[in-house]
Amino acid sequence: MQLEVDVAKKTGNFSLQVAFDLVGKKWGIFGPSGSGKSTLMHILAGLLTPDRGRITLDGVCLFDSKKKINLPPQQRRVGVVFQHAHLFPHMNVRRNLLYGWQRTPRAARQISPAAIIAALNLEDLLERGVARLSGGERQRLALGRTVLSCPRLILMDEPLTGLDQELKFQIIPYLTKVLAQFDIPFLFISHSLEEIRLMTDEVLIFNQGRLEQRLPAEELARRALVAGGRGYANLLYLSSPRPHGDLWSYQWGATELILLEGGGKGDNLFELGAKDVTLFKRHPEATSARNLLPCRVSDLFGEGNRMGVDLLSKGNHLVSQIVPESVRELDLKKGSEVVAVIKASAFRRLY
Amino acid sequence: MMLTLAPQDIEAIVLSLKVATASTLLSLPVGIAVAYVLAFTRFPGRALLEGLVNLPLVLPPVVVGYLLLLLFGKFGALGRLLSFWDLRIIFTLKGAVIASSVVGFPLLVRAIRIGMEGIDQHYLQAARTLGARWWDSIYTIILPLSGRAIIAGMTLMFARSLGEFGATIILAGNIPGVTQTIPLAIYEYTNTPGGDRMALSLCLVSIGLSLIVLLISEASVRSFRKR
Repeated sequence: MQLEVDVAKKTGNFSLQVAFDLVGKKWGIFGPSGSGKSTLMHILAGLLTPDRGRITLDGVCLFDSKKKINLPPQQRRVGVVFQHAHLFPHMNVRRNLLYGWQRTPRAARQISPAAIIAALNLEDLLERGVARLSGGERQRLALGRTVLSCPRLILMDEPLTGLDQELKFQIIPYLTKVLAQFDIPFLFISHSLEEIRLMTDEVLIFNQGRLEQRLPAEELARRALVAGGRGYANLLYLSSPRPHGDLWSYQWGATELILLEGGGKGDNLFELGAKDVTLFKRHPEATSARNLLPCRVSDLFGEGNRMGVDLLSKGNHLVSQIVPESVRELDLKKGSEVVAVIKASAFRRLY
Repeated sequence: MMLTLAPQDIEAIVLSLKVATASTLLSLPVGIAVAYVLAFTRFPGRALLEGLVNLPLVLPPVVVGYLLLLLFGKFGALGRLLSFWDLRIIFTLKGAVIASSVVGFPLLVRAIRIGMEGIDQHYLQAARTLGARWWDSIYTIILPLSGRAIIAGMTLMFARSLGEFGATIILAGNIPGVTQTIPLAIYEYTNTPGGDRMALSLCLVSIGLSLIVLLISEASVRSFRKR
């Protein structure tokens, strides 16, 4: 996907003025509410007309105030997954799902309804009225409906906001799976750092109607370590859970980890707080912690009394948060060998 | 008490139903269009349109009838135009339909408009981004979602037309078998010595008809809700 945007829009006291070019597939737009994320989404979808500027998607001009081009939403082939799903209440699941597909030119129908129904587990819901769907089912249907309109770009406007944590992590695997399976580029709009990290590779940061910065999602997360708050969380995709005494062992690449929590079906994504990774200079002979990982320091970052240590262990990256005094005492620098110690109970299952 | 109806009364009932049905059905497309414009668009002169549409609601029906008479009369602007095609409105059934349409129109528009204003605009946005053109989204989203409001508006208008008196008597006159609807027939009975019983019979018919209209409307609203 190649998206070029240079637009300005003033509404009341708020003015949006942004210019950027994007190449790639998994983009996030991050910012507090009122920063212009939603306004930009509406402009890209053709639901709001900018005062001036230009929008080009994959070489097709969607809007150009100088040339007086303004493609209506139905001709842009830019799909939207709205925060509140906005399923049509007078149609059942099947009719909702096929609404966009039936309006897609035959030549552009690259995705079949059967594939989407299977991928999103919608078989048993097809004849149901949308009022009788749960929150997760609604969001799955909304995603399927948008994907089936075979868009060149999907805009996701805080699709997980308002869902509880458990539900959110039920939906995310569907989102990532479907978007990857059907190879659709997307812009994921959110004010949740966690969602942005799970969904996107790179992020545009908005503030007060301006594009403040663009950086990798991982970089954004590392700044959270410095800024405090919940700090940095390592995200670990673990595989092949096996019982290990009364604990569980998982594979993390070539490393074996011991966890308290049992294995689930499919992917296992765990969160591990950077504060829960303790560093030792040498291998401690005996410890209550179940995981001891020999690592090499690949980077040190942070400022003030919050330091992040980027560790490399058999090809896996892990971040530990420590204080500057420890950095000095352990004499940490790039290339130092340390042992990372993690308790079996420190891992929190996301899904 | 026996319900006795003269052949003339049956004619009045049939005429009433004809007038109410015709005026409701003929006004419906225009009513939906005007309700849409008032509910969804912003343009200069919108307030004027709104005022014009609602005017018959607050004007005495006699005034409406008189203005229509001026418009459709022999020397009226429309009357002269229509006389080219040999079309006469005053003192005909067409006149009764037009009088009912104008008087009932604000009720129809008001009900539909309130229904349309209650539709979440996001449904329209979703439809548009899914590839629906403007008219497509009206046909597949707005109309089905205002179904109940449309039925409610039609019921109000139909009932209002059944009872229309003031504008009808001026524009269409009170000609038995031609323009004499139930209210006009009751009016004539009350002016005739000894017509009280016949007037009462027609009053009962009128009450019965109104109840039936309400029941049908209630049933169709319910069937809409089920879907």
